[in-house]
Amino acid sequence: MRLNGARIVCESLVKEGVEVMFGIPGGAVIPFYDVLPEFPQLRHILCRHEQGSAHAAEGYARVRGKVGVCVATSGPGATNLVTGIASAYLDSAPMVAFTGQVARPFIGKDAFQEIDITGITLPITKHNYLVTSAADMATVVREAFHIARTGRPGPVLIDIPRDVFIEEAEFRYPDKVNLRGYKPTVQGHPAQIKKAVGLIEEASRPLILAGRGVLISNASAELKELAERAQIPVVTTLLGISSFPESHVLSLGMLGMHGMAYANMAVEAADLIVAIGMRFDDRATAKVSSFAPHAKVIHIDVDPAEIGKNVKVDVPIVGDVRPILRSLNKAVGQSSNGEWISQLDEWRREHPSTAVRETESLIPQYVVRQIFEVTSGDAIVVSGVGQNQMWAAQFFEYNKPNTWVSAGGLGPMGFELPAAMGAQVGRPDETVWCIAGDGGFQMTLQELATIDQENLPVKIAILNNRHLGMVRQWQEMFYERRYVATPLKGPDFVKVAEAYGIAGLRVTDKALVTSAVQTAMDHDGPFLIDFQVEPEENVYPMVPPGAGLSEIVEAPREEARVS
Amino acid sequence: MAKHSLVALVEDKPGVLNRVASLFRRRNFNIDSIAVGHSETPGLSRMNIVVDGTATSVEQVRKQLDKLIDVVKVSDISEESLVARELALVRVKCTPQTRSQIIEIVDVFRANIVDVAMDSMVVEITGDEDKIGSLYQLLRGFGIVEIARTGRIAMARGAARAVGAGGKPQRRAARSRKVKGADEVSNL
Repeated sequence: MRLNGARIVCESLVKEGVEVMFGIPGGAVIPFYDVLPEFPQLRHILCRHEQGSAHAAEGYARVRGKVGVCVATSGPGATNLVTGIASAYLDSAPMVAFTGQVARPFIGKDAFQEIDITGITLPITKHNYLVTSAADMATVVREAFHIARTGRPGPVLIDIPRDVFIEEAEFRYPDKVNLRGYKPTVQGHPAQIKKAVGLIEEASRPLILAGRGVLISNASAELKELAERAQIPVVTTLLGISSFPESHVLSLGMLGMHGMAYANMAVEAADLIVAIGMRFDDRATAKVSSFAPHAKVIHIDVDPAEIGKNVKVDVPIVGDVRPILRSLNKAVGQSSNGEWISQLDEWRREHPSTAVRETESLIPQYVVRQIFEVTSGDAIVVSGVGQNQMWAAQFFEYNKPNTWVSAGGLGPMGFELPAAMGAQVGRPDETVWCIAGDGGFQMTLQELATIDQENLPVKIAILNNRHLGMVRQWQEMFYERRYVATPLKGPDFVKVAEAYGIAGLRVTDKALVTSAVQTAMDHDGPFLIDFQVEPEENVYPMVPPGAGLSEIVEAPREEARVS
Repeated sequence: MAKHSLVALVEDKPGVLNRVASLFRRRNFNIDSIAVGHSETPGLSRMNIVVDGTATSVEQVRKQLDKLIDVVKVSDISEESLVARELALVRVKCTPQTRSQIIEIVDVFRANIVDVAMDSMVVEITGDEDKIGSLYQLLRGFGIVEIARTGRIAMARGAARAVGAGGKPQRRAARSRKVKGADEVSNL
């Protein structure tokens, strides 16, 4: 079958089971958009900024478990994708990004809207392609999807010159990919698994650190089995939240810079760390030389380059988390670790890191907790980056896999709204709450138009403290309250929502929080709530920069009353 | 810190050298030298990369290189017994008085004179870095106009142990508790 390059792309997307793409057309990709109506099974969502397209593709991919697809034109369209591609790279989210390129004869001539996007995205993609012939297109798309979703997932970019979209070639979709330089390990090495079992059975204070790899590998059930079988308490990384039910008796919540005090204390005291699908990020380990000083380390990860990158490992197991946990579960004996678990329970009681303070005024922690209460936790929460992200991580209890979507790696402000939009597209029947800060929200709020156009019922909570809150907190703590360039004025977010055709409410009174959240839930369609919260509220606990996990600073005592 | 010889078998495709070089830059590594040419397998090139670093950091960069889709295999052969060679061309100034002295030095080094002009000569030398360095020191007094070096290429000695698509798995290098520098400066 002879088809032009644009139709080959579409046929290939259909073969890959793509159901939706997020994009914006432009000169170089008009030939692609021109044939899209011939493929009604490919839904296209028109975004308002390419950064939104890429974040939406990540949000979609993370809750749907499929490859997220975004499309942009050459030059500025392509460069606007960069933040979103980098975010997907650092969050190991499967994504294929299509960009248009100027026609082949113009490449290298600095033509209008020409940019070397494969060069630009070299360090932030798992792989990328410049397609120089329509005859290569099907193979490239096949390889790109394979690379994006297998092994450690990540973004792959395909740059297509305008005339390659128009050029005709024979279309046959390859059954197999043949990449001699890419063969991810799946099964763990039996000898390593045996050693790991030995360490687990010997340990008296074992601790699991679960990361996003557990979610990627769809291994939450296996993780739960291991934890229960060997009685190992579980802490998660920021990106590992929702991989293990936080209501579980063995759950210790999140570790790290703003982790639970008892989770960090557990790391400090543990004699064995079982790290699963996580990469010892500096926000998780704090000062790396004093990380888990008494522990041996088992590290399970699909990416061999993560082994020994930041922390010394005693037993590395390279491979896919799920089959490795299955092998471990078959081999590991039952333990009790009773003394260790009661010690941790005591710390949990003494250091109630997730208790919301009793206050007269409206504090953001209370807002997040009320969203949890009203939804009974049955929602997908998408956060931005900064204080709002930490409060959303701390004060909502995540019990179902992939109910937490946060850009933990790159930390791009403005992730929240487009990613929530993508998550809602991926899970149309779930409630999606976007928890935003007033700073980050203003970076991508134009996607309200997309949300309205597609009638996506995203619920938006802005924790509006009229500041770039996390930077302000650092200025307060480490720069003697010199609030340089952090106070923000306006806008009126309810009016902004209204201008985009979206209903909204402003809440200044603590007593009205619950009913406002309920109103949003009852509303058929998207809804925005501008919560005017205390401007100088800080995120606690906190490990100061440069300190070890054990040096965690908790909320000032007089504030730590339990509600 | 020591010099490490990495040998990588890579797809012979446009942009592969850029991917490799870019990875070194991004991971904060300096390449001492890099030499690329066809391998014995059609469609694959062999890269010889010399890099300065600790065993741990070079092991990390080796694994990162291995992650590149276009890199089929990569090994650190520094701990093996090696045959390593580099070729240099040196254009050195000469006069009727110094010409014979230069020829004598070149002979001692078993180097070749490959071009002669009225006021200069081009010397070709093959050997390890020490040998090339020594010749360079001796010729410097006469005035070196230009020098071109290929960078080191290397192979392990002994029976068939090609760093090829079906070669032996690499040995794991020693690991240390932390990565250099990550602790002294926290990531704000």
